[in-house]
Amino acid sequence: MASALLRLQEVGRDFDVSRPWLNRLLEGLPREILRAVDGVSFEVRRGETLALVGESGCGKSTVARLIVGLYEPSRGRIEFDGVTLTGARDRAEVRRVRRRMQMIFQDPYASLNPRWRVREVIAEPLRVLGLATSTSEIEARVAELLAQVGLAPEDADKYPHEFSGGQRQRISIARALAGRPEFLVCDEPTSALDVSVQAQILNLMTDLQERLGLTYLFISHNLAVVSHIADRIGVMYLGRIVELATAERLFSRPRHPYTRMLLDAVPDLEMTGKARTPVAGEVPNPLAPPPGCAFHPRCPHATERCRLERPAMRAAGEAQVACHAVEEGRI
Amino acid sequence: MSEALLEVRDLRVEFPTRRGTLVAVDGVSLSIAPGEVLGVVGESGAGKSLTGLAIIGLLEPPGRIAGGEIRLEGARIDNLRGEAIRRIRGRRIGVIFQDPLTSLNPLYTIGRQLTETILTHLDVTAAEARERAIALLREVGIPAPESRIEHYPHQFSGGMRQRVVIALALCAEPRLVIADEPTTALDVSIQAQIIQLLKRLARERGTAVMLITHDMGVIAETADRVAVMYAGRVVEIGPVREVIHAPRHPYTAGLMGSIPKIRAGAARRRERLAQIEGAMPRLTQIPPGCAFNPRCPKRMERCLAERPAPVAAGANRVACWLYG
Amino acid sequence: MHRALARLWDHDLAWSFRRSPVTVAAAVVALACVAGAVGAPWLAPYNPFDAASLSLDNAFLPPAWTAEGRAAFPLGTDDQGRDVLSTILYGARISLGVGVAAVLLALVLGVSAGLIAGYVGGRTDAILMRIADVQLSFPAILIALLIDGVARVALPDDRHGEIAIPVLILSIGISGWVQYARTVRGSTLVERNKEYVQAARVIGRHPLAIMIHHVLPNVTGPVLVIATIHIATAIITEATLSFLGVGVPPTRPSLGTLIRVGNDFLFSGEWWITVFPGAALVMLVLSVNLLGDWLRDALNPKLR
Repeated sequence: MASALLRLQEVGRDFDVSRPWLNRLLEGLPREILRAVDGVSFEVRRGETLALVGESGCGKSTVARLIVGLYEPSRGRIEFDGVTLTGARDRAEVRRVRRRMQMIFQDPYASLNPRWRVREVIAEPLRVLGLATSTSEIEARVAELLAQVGLAPEDADKYPHEFSGGQRQRISIARALAGRPEFLVCDEPTSALDVSVQAQILNLMTDLQERLGLTYLFISHNLAVVSHIADRIGVMYLGRIVELATAERLFSRPRHPYTRMLLDAVPDLEMTGKARTPVAGEVPNPLAPPPGCAFHPRCPHATERCRLERPAMRAAGEAQVACHAVEEGRI
Repeated sequence: MSEALLEVRDLRVEFPTRRGTLVAVDGVSLSIAPGEVLGVVGESGAGKSLTGLAIIGLLEPPGRIAGGEIRLEGARIDNLRGEAIRRIRGRRIGVIFQDPLTSLNPLYTIGRQLTETILTHLDVTAAEARERAIALLREVGIPAPESRIEHYPHQFSGGMRQRVVIALALCAEPRLVIADEPTTALDVSIQAQIIQLLKRLARERGTAVMLITHDMGVIAETADRVAVMYAGRVVEIGPVREVIHAPRHPYTAGLMGSIPKIRAGAARRRERLAQIEGAMPRLTQIPPGCAFNPRCPKRMERCLAERPAPVAAGANRVACWLYG
Repeated sequence: MHRALARLWDHDLAWSFRRSPVTVAAAVVALACVAGAVGAPWLAPYNPFDAASLSLDNAFLPPAWTAEGRAAFPLGTDDQGRDVLSTILYGARISLGVGVAAVLLALVLGVSAGLIAGYVGGRTDAILMRIADVQLSFPAILIALLIDGVARVALPDDRHGEIAIPVLILSIGISGWVQYARTVRGSTLVERNKEYVQAARVIGRHPLAIMIHHVLPNVTGPVLVIATIHIATAIITEATLSFLGVGVPPTRPSLGTLIRVGNDFLFSGEWWITVFPGAALVMLVLSVNLLGDWLRDALNPKLR
């Protein structure tokens, strides 16, 4: 079995979204803390693709940013290849380890500096990481990377606005690959793209993974997309992981009521005319999450225990599920 | 066969720029029968939103209708201006836009926005308008409408706001509703709720719906017929089941192949999605002949020179030389 | 070379420029003023500050086209026999020089402050913006007067003449940095959250490098517009200060000084001594303002 490349243990991240101090003083308002990520644990094995899915506000993007170091976790532990990244003393080692991971972002229009030529965009990691210094080295490597993502060497001279969304995303991928990373965090990389372009980019990412031996953490809200690229899938709701299983398991036998609800909500392209259980309610305000199990107000199987006690992730068959009803064998 | 509620014939929308005239919608023809849901699907830049905007008369200048005609219940509406088109908008055609946040005026209560619209278009008293507004809110699934009618848009969640927008679109009892990406900005679980709501309302009130979206899944669930647009043209139009399961046009086939689908039980991992090479041409670079020819796996000589006209192919109408 | 020029000519900005006759006229006038000011030593018929060349016999001569005027002095002479045309050219030089230098100072201060405040945020942002707010509650003239007054008191009398112009530039510059800072801070706040900045952070670039290489090029658009209009304001401020007597020293008069000096003679009939410098000032400021207006509209993507 492949070893864990990335490991998260009870990671949490709070954001202080209180009103300014003066307002709080004068209006007598309390501090407001948003628990964007609340006790998330999982591991990503070498060479696999782990997907995190969930609706808006579930914390999946925050998890991505915690991993690459754009935010510091408020709680918990993040380890990469055995090296602890959180609260580490040796900053130099953390930096060295962080070079082995890169990130691809959602918005192809905001992820490239509009004033930089494509060459400079892709060359930046080469320069910063000291992987190429002379102009000819950089030129050669940039051309190589552009070819890898299906673009032409002449494209290095152009500006981002001369490219379509899909092409820009390819440039972002080339930039991410420039540093020869082992691990790529992909934050909704195809959500802003048209369906046919999405197919191209997903295929490209699959090819690159095979060719370069990459490990992916793939964030998405789209279960159908994830079914084509993920080995294992984690379902998130209000900052917590509610189910973690292999893709095959998740789609054939979803355990958690929220997972079932999500799958039911995916539009039925096959037009089988299957009956769908009605979807109840909306995602509650993350500033005031329901007590106990965060999903209980919308859950058809909720009991008193669900209102009082937060369920822990437990093994259920080959999956891990955080649900009292599953644990009690009721569903 | 009942007369079409909306008939669009050879619609042409142009944008004069200093570099020449851009044709964004090029000879689009479609029709919607009363009570029918027509899906208009296409990727970005295909011209579907502009078609919808042209019908409701909300094209932003310098864009303008440069050809063709649009008939609502037999009468032409594309040549109306100002007051005349305003009277049609709201009363006979309702509109739902993508972003519920900007579709509602944040400064007024939703009750005020609803009653104002009702009073503008229907001949009722203020009290009656309020009754209608409350009934409508109940119909779209807003709980406790009598109290929520006094709330402001920001006090509603995204899904609830979109329900209010739907109520607003329906309050003057239009015969046709044009919905431009009504569920794109919403979460998947809310999307499903809104789709069900639209379907139910259309059926109960006999309102026709033109559903513009890039999401084929939404079309599959909601529409009766669907028109597939590419580079400002309609390439295929027909019953939803036919277009989705037996697409005739190579673009439609490619599109359906590239949509990721969940198939429970099978190992889907690393199974490549069918992809269409290249990208939709920009408005300034539409090739002669069939706009899809550079990317078409079934391209023939004729496709490079002549633009195909729509012909019948089974239950669909397709603009493709494979069938012409 | 040809192709580069052709591309420039065809650029959106150049096209918008060509379309507006007012802007073209303003550009021509502004260019003429600048050329006149810069080339004063060569263009002016006389050097009005060379005391030796002056002769009181030539004092109070009206413009050349009037009955008593002389062709040698096209716009007349002042009370000391100086050629008004020459004084205008030299005066414009001082006005423009001070204006541009002050704007450059304000720009450098303001853009740096705005960039740092916007990117670093937190307490630094709060402190910088409070300083800006406090300063905004004072009119620019007052601040300039204040700095000038402090300088006069702090330095010995005989040094005044030398440092008057640098002090002037300093005071106008300091009084004007806030508008740049605010605009740049706003733009920086927007850019900072964009994914290309996050990507640079993930790559591991130093925050200062990100500020200068990534954010700065994307926030300078509005700065150009502000600077152009600010030049006009700076020139007026300098003119006002000189008119009040606390600006440039009388030995190197700017347009403002000329207006002040000429004011005394307005009602005794020698109108040309104040009117011509006044007209020159108006022409310069108006043309620069119009150019700034055009630039703002041309660079606004929403209006295109």
